[in-house]
Amino acid sequence: MAKIKGDIAIDTERCKGCEVCIAACPFGVIAMSKEVNSKGYHYAMKVNDECTGCTNCAIVCPDGVITVYRAKVTTE
Amino acid sequence: MGELRLMKGNEAVAEAAIRAGCDGYFGYPITPQSEVMEYLMAEKPHERTGMVVLQAESEVASINMIYGGAGTGKKVLTSSSSPGISLMQEGISYMAGAELPALIVNVVRGGPGLGTIQPSQADYFQAVKGGGHGDYKLIVLAPASVQEMCDHVKLGFDLAFKYRTPVMLLSDGAVGQMMEKVVLFDQIPRRTDEEVIAQCPWAATGKLKSRDHVIITSLDLDPAGQERVNLKLQAKYKKIEENEIRYEEIQCEDAEYLFVAFGLSARICQKATDLARAKGIKVGLFRPITLFPFPVQQIASTIQRVKGVLVVEMNAGQMIEDVKLSVGLNVKIEHYGRFGGIIPSPDEVVRALEQKIIGG
Amino acid sequence: MEELFAKPEIRKPENIVYKKTPLMVDRPLSYCPGCGHGTVHRILMEVIEEMDIQGNTIGVSPVGCSVLAYDFLDIDMLGAAHGRAPALATAIKRLWPHRFVFTYQGDGDLAAIGTAETIHACNRGENITIIFINNGIYGMTGGQMAPTTLPGMRSSTSPYGRDTVTMGYPLKMTELVAQLPGTHFVTRQSVHTPGNARKTKKAIRKAFDIQKENKGVGWVEVVSNCNSGWKMTPVQANKWMEDNMFPFYPLGDVKVDGKIVEK
Repeated sequence: MAKIKGDIAIDTERCKGCEVCIAACPFGVIAMSKEVNSKGYHYAMKVNDECTGCTNCAIVCPDGVITVYRAKVTTE
Repeated sequence: MGELRLMKGNEAVAEAAIRAGCDGYFGYPITPQSEVMEYLMAEKPHERTGMVVLQAESEVASINMIYGGAGTGKKVLTSSSSPGISLMQEGISYMAGAELPALIVNVVRGGPGLGTIQPSQADYFQAVKGGGHGDYKLIVLAPASVQEMCDHVKLGFDLAFKYRTPVMLLSDGAVGQMMEKVVLFDQIPRRTDEEVIAQCPWAATGKLKSRDHVIITSLDLDPAGQERVNLKLQAKYKKIEENEIRYEEIQCEDAEYLFVAFGLSARICQKATDLARAKGIKVGLFRPITLFPFPVQQIASTIQRVKGVLVVEMNAGQMIEDVKLSVGLNVKIEHYGRFGGIIPSPDEVVRALEQKIIGG
Repeated sequence: MEELFAKPEIRKPENIVYKKTPLMVDRPLSYCPGCGHGTVHRILMEVIEEMDIQGNTIGVSPVGCSVLAYDFLDIDMLGAAHGRAPALATAIKRLWPHRFVFTYQGDGDLAAIGTAETIHACNRGENITIIFINNGIYGMTGGQMAPTTLPGMRSSTSPYGRDTVTMGYPLKMTELVAQLPGTHFVTRQSVHTPGNARKTKKAIRKAFDIQKENKGVGWVEVVSNCNSGWKMTPVQANKWMEDNMFPFYPLGDVKVDGKIVEK
């Protein structure tokens, strides 16, 4: 069976921890890290496997730190 | 020999702009210079050369339209009179800082404030010492005839683009309104867009793949960067002072006394010279044509030979300060300073004293 | 730090469905976390990339937080004096009629010091795009009251809330300019949610497209947040914006194809 799955890559050094992406994600994929980047910001990170590559997070990100991937994945 | 016409000073400016290949005029009416825009509107230069003429909503808008046009490498002109030129000071300072070429005509009227529509020369300080904020200079040309109103437009544009700096034509209500014979130079073709792009690689004409994107700005928040900008400007003004001085001497060879005057006052002094000579007074006239750069050495050497100097200007005494500065005192007086928000240290200041004053 | 939940089988170049446009200069933005400027900048450059007009566009940046917009947008740009961008854009478009010309301005720039330049560029029907970022405050200078600050809203120069008796009412510039025959497309959008950000992109695209038609100004107001000036977190600011700014500045098209949209 084929399913659409997504993945997001986050430039953690450019992320400013504004959390707008968290509100935009329909599947709760994103949360803020406990660690901080070199600027002192907590950054966005994936916390589950539910990403569908809808691009909502990337579109609202003010710093454009998210790259979104999407592919058909065959699962048994 | 070009075309000969009888014209008003203001009209000569307008016709000269068309013939100099000016790309755009953006201005606002104010007496005594509204004829510049009226002539341009009536002449429909868009049909002659493609030149744009637009009446703006204020002088503030006018100078910013000039900034926009100049920032894209186009040859642009505005004109106004004293109160309107005051409104333009912000834009002029920005243009000097961003190193943009343009011509600004001030047909000076009496002030301060709303003043009068009659001629005056009381904007010398504003034009020459920088009416806007910051360390900058304009090249300032002072026409004294309708012919010079025409010729200085072409000269002004040439200087503006040669040095990437705004140029001011400092005229007055009389020269703007009087009618005299003018020999008009032949039409210089307006540059095509491609020629502008080729000749002005510094301008924001649309990013080329071959270069980084152009940014036209006068902002540099880094103190060292802003100091560099200021040093560059000062070096430019020094070059202008070395190369672009223009003046006229009339009957100065045997003069015992000297008139110094610019613009309309120089015309009056020319007549006064004849009258005085008829009475046996050996007086001459020194007429600066560029007020910046001021003919410092030339006026100093002429003044050495005379017993007294009368500076005639229709104001409370403005150019006279530069005349006095040119002659100088016998005491060494120098300057030390920094730019860009950088604060000098006491050590630096002591070093400057040692190098510039004590060391000689 | 090890990345959790990474999917190497999906994370391949051929599977990219969204990546920041290369027309954004690759450097960190100087805007506060969560500020709408960053989002609008990126959307604007996506439009320019998709229209393939990078070399055919000249932009004019304002004075305000986005004074440095020209450092982030990879197109030729001019930095205008405060409020004067529409005057610059007027001359640029008149002298380079085949270029796409836009201004990018904040509320102080466009509706306080620049009111005359804004109104008259619209009144003359210049064939330019005006992008107006309205966050009801002066961000760059430390959070002072703006011409679009709401009644009762606190700022550093209205610390007890905007008192309309002494300080006047907020200006609705979008509705004002829509009355002028010189404006052809006038809309108000936001970028705080994905749906709204997509609408803003369509609006900016439309405002650029109509430059080819020579029918007048394309005007896109973006109601945005200023979490620093409003003294909230970005997410709180977006909520506050929805609850307070949108009722006063409603989203949607105000004028399309030269005609006021009937409500």
